[in-house]
Amino acid sequence: MTISEMSNLLFAEGWIQTLAQGAVKTLGISLGAFALGLCIGLLVALIKLRGPRWMVACANCYTTLYRAVPELLLILLLYYAGTDLLNLAMAAMGRPSVEINGFLAAVVVLGIVQGAYSGEVIRGAVEAIPAGLVEAGRAYGMSRAKLLSRIILPCMLPFAIAGLSNLWLVLVKESALISVVGYSELLTAGRQAAASTKHYLLFYLVVAAFYYVITLVSSMVFRKFEAGFERWMPRNV
Amino acid sequence: MDLTWLNDFSSELLRGAGLTVQLLLISAGFGFVLAIAMALGRLSNSVVLANACRFVSSVIRGTPLLVQIYILYYGVGSVLASYPLIRGGVLWPYLREGFWYVALALTLSVGAYVGEVLRSGLRAVPRGELEAARAYGMRRGQILRRVWLPRALQMVRPTLAGESVMLLKSTALASTVAVTDLLGAANIVRSQTLRVYEPLLLVAITYIVLALIIEKSFKLMGTTSQRRV
Repeated sequence: MTISEMSNLLFAEGWIQTLAQGAVKTLGISLGAFALGLCIGLLVALIKLRGPRWMVACANCYTTLYRAVPELLLILLLYYAGTDLLNLAMAAMGRPSVEINGFLAAVVVLGIVQGAYSGEVIRGAVEAIPAGLVEAGRAYGMSRAKLLSRIILPCMLPFAIAGLSNLWLVLVKESALISVVGYSELLTAGRQAAASTKHYLLFYLVVAAFYYVITLVSSMVFRKFEAGFERWMPRNV
Repeated sequence: MDLTWLNDFSSELLRGAGLTVQLLLISAGFGFVLAIAMALGRLSNSVVLANACRFVSSVIRGTPLLVQIYILYYGVGSVLASYPLIRGGVLWPYLREGFWYVALALTLSVGAYVGEVLRSGLRAVPRGELEAARAYGMRRGQILRRVWLPRALQMVRPTLAGESVMLLKSTALASTVAVTDLLGAANIVRSQTLRVYEPLLLVAITYIVLALIIEKSFKLMGTTSQRRV
């Protein structure tokens, strides 16, 4: 295949736009799932650190199981189980069954998987905070909520950011698995393009290039963040 | 929960588990060799080689494994199929199977990910030990085999255990290109019995057991402590 044929396919026939739209959707579900995963992870980490014993057991169960089972399997399970449960609930309330919004389903499914990983990262980061900082906060008479928002969360960030940036990269790549349940993100767009033009190699390579650019750019952004968060940390310790 | 279908499909599931383990062992074996080459390449003095290895590793680690499998299976596969010589050749029955494409993709990704891990391990080996080995008159290959690699592997053992569990989970992607591995077998059960959860849950438990076995075997493998050199 010549260069002109390629550019014709990509630009004149407009497939590059389809792929770009897919990439935007991929970014969207990744961002949503990352935020949801952070919330779940924070909750899990706090439970593991401070919670009552039965909740700690549940949290341990969640993080171990979700990290030992393949993501593809979890996505299939959560997707089908989730839609089923929702429709059961709707039927119980006497409402007609609903069509699940693909975007939301993807965000929730990926977010739940992500929560298990970020929970561990955040727990480790909170444990790395020097005990003196927390004690100083308590000595000032801060309530637990204030302690969390003023000391624990900001002090944990430099320890957590490297792990979280790794998780973000993993998540972007994992979001490709959502194509298996049919939501039209980047890989699904690539598959459509490949199937209708029969140029499988070209389009999958372009899809890979899109993912590569996303991961490259986001790791650069994270490096910037990291430098910002770490500016108060003592050096050469 | 109804498990009456288990009798009819047990052979299918067992074969699927066998395929998953095969994929795991093949890609771990070849991938480990590739990873050593990758780590040494990245540490080499030649700037060209080091940068080439860095680029390859970052591309493999920067794109989803599923996309890589599609590139190999659909992309390269369709290109191969367009040559009548290959199509009529002796190897075609193998080249048509998704299994070998997935094995290749997994091998590459093990090479890239574990290569990074090994590189950090190799760099963490104290210089003095390597110098001592050189002082004994060992050649470079001997140093690598007797001192450098064993010491590095000892240090990165916990990370390697994690990577192996990751690899086990990645093998599930084989089911997307029509390989009946463990998850693929569960999908067959799903489509034939119209049961959604039971097969998936059963397979999930199998994966957990396999992951536990991997962790245990890494724990059993040489528990030499760092101090006792």
